[in-house]
Amino acid sequence: MTTTHPAVDLDRLRDRARELRRAVLEMIAAAGSGHPGGSLSAADIVAALFFHELRHDPHRPDWPDRDRFILSKGHAAPVLYAALAACGYFDAGLLRTLRRLGSPLQGHPSVRDLPPVEASTGSLGQGLSVGVGEALAGRLDGRDYRVFVMLGDGECDEGQVWEAAMSAAHYGLINLVAIVDANGFQLDGPTDEIMDLGRLEEKWTAFGWDAVTIDGHDMAQVVRALAVPRPDWGASRAAGGAARGAVAGGAMSGAAAEAAGGAARPRAIIARTVKGKGVSFMEGNNEFHGRAPTAEELQRALAELAAGGAAR
Amino acid sequence: MTRPLGLATREAYGLALAELGRERPEIVVLDGDLSKSTMTKYFAKEFPDRFFNMGIAEANMVGVAAGLARCGKVPFVSSFAAFLMCKGFDQMRVSVAYAGLNVKFVGSHGGISIGEDGVSQQSVEDVALARALPGFAVFVPADEHATRAVVRAAADHPGPCYVRVGRPKAPVVYPDGCDFRVGRAIQLRDGGDVTLVANGLMVAAALDAAEALAREGVEARVLDMASVKPLDEDALEAAARETGGIVVAEEHLLAGGLGSAVAMSVARRRPVPMGFVGLDDTYAESGRPEELMAKYGLTAERIAEEARRVLALAR
Repeated sequence: MTTTHPAVDLDRLRDRARELRRAVLEMIAAAGSGHPGGSLSAADIVAALFFHELRHDPHRPDWPDRDRFILSKGHAAPVLYAALAACGYFDAGLLRTLRRLGSPLQGHPSVRDLPPVEASTGSLGQGLSVGVGEALAGRLDGRDYRVFVMLGDGECDEGQVWEAAMSAAHYGLINLVAIVDANGFQLDGPTDEIMDLGRLEEKWTAFGWDAVTIDGHDMAQVVRALAVPRPDWGASRAAGGAARGAVAGGAMSGAAAEAAGGAARPRAIIARTVKGKGVSFMEGNNEFHGRAPTAEELQRALAELAAGGAAR
Repeated sequence: MTRPLGLATREAYGLALAELGRERPEIVVLDGDLSKSTMTKYFAKEFPDRFFNMGIAEANMVGVAAGLARCGKVPFVSSFAAFLMCKGFDQMRVSVAYAGLNVKFVGSHGGISIGEDGVSQQSVEDVALARALPGFAVFVPADEHATRAVVRAAADHPGPCYVRVGRPKAPVVYPDGCDFRVGRAIQLRDGGDVTLVANGLMVAAALDAAEALAREGVEARVLDMASVKPLDEDALEAAARETGGIVVAEEHLLAGGLGSAVAMSVARRRPVPMGFVGLDDTYAESGRPEELMAKYGLTAERIAEEARRVLALAR
């Protein structure tokens, strides 16, 4: 695993994550519907990405060399919108229009309505495939951007996730990172009761990924896990040497690439998280998978977040 | 009359794609382990760096194409029509259509004329599925020349497309080349008594039917509706006004295909008696292509019968 960026200010990122949680709760309460649980579980990782790890420019959402972030678990759209607003992609006032008629902040992310969103998601299982395509394009064009895709653990029920995982390893996409926000719940209940995923890290490893399991709320661990080196396709090409089509085209399996001198596995991060993290009465309470807080619950939640920040 | 057999439209697709590949570096091709059958093998051989075999995993293949398109590539995605449309449909819906991405889908082995492999491989729903997706254009070329023109038009068209091609050698309808335009019917024969609308292999059958009708003194207009969507509603309105009856023939289920599209337009713009030739709420079976076409009524004779029925209603 690579080392943490020495200059990273973990406390600042924790503050950012708390601000994202506040925005998530406020916008879902204002909308009167939405999915707070899975947005709150993802907040620390999303904060580490947008405020530290991603190379991006809010003034150029179509910058070809930007790092990409795809929210495959599209129901966590509020945490993505909160991050985009905080980065300055659009005015934070727009957050109050979530799910309203005519708003670009659709119930699930829509790239057509909100171009800084990287992919239209919401039908679970689709985001990683789009990420594979973006990573392949990066390799074809010799660009050094990386593509981060966040999935839910329940989402890993979908067969398409494993089709995508297989293809990413096959094409040696070292510029692709899958993050599983493993909060342990899906809509109908705990993931091990609804559809047991078994040993998730071993599954990703078996599909040819460099898989690690972390505490998705420990900012130091999150930052360290996300620090995936930028691809140097020229070096990979040199290392690949005689390997046919090692870089510019054709397949390069992880094993073949490693034999050629490069670690060519895409990174999978299994982030153990708590659904509803940061609000005591939402934590591990699957009622808040897809229900907005009432006005009274919102006030209690915001007070807790504020106190948690002070007590940090 | 018997028209000379030309290349299969899938073969023409493969050759046209390789030709386009030479002109347009942004074109990439994805296939689901069927490149020797879909004929993307020609592109793969010439441009191995821009060809991605995605294995037998259509859902992922469609999503990967969306990601490539998002980064400025123009992906052509191929498999058998049945697998591409049915297994990749949700991904076409959310990752491609909803996102408005510029991905070209080409389903080969469309219809029942693929023959002996049977129902699981015979695509009879693909046009209906593709038509249903907002923003999708849908093209069904009749022969090798039309296919070449359609593939080129699909590459030029800004937005997602579905193109259906077939397995067997196709009768040549356009010996002098095909001037295909997106959203335009091609009038192959003029006539004032009835109009026959068809696409794919049924265009040659419609021409044969028109010749049979002519021997009875009935002059049939024949329109090749290779562009199912967008549909040439002006040509249909003119046909309704000038001929008073329309028969639609397609190698597809009647539900949701070309006939449905034409009927909706005619009902809206200028209602006239109509007839339909296609599969009526049924699957076919294994058999030789010509046997299947005969047994399931995808013939010039059926088109002519339907035209006589429509003529009787129109009078």
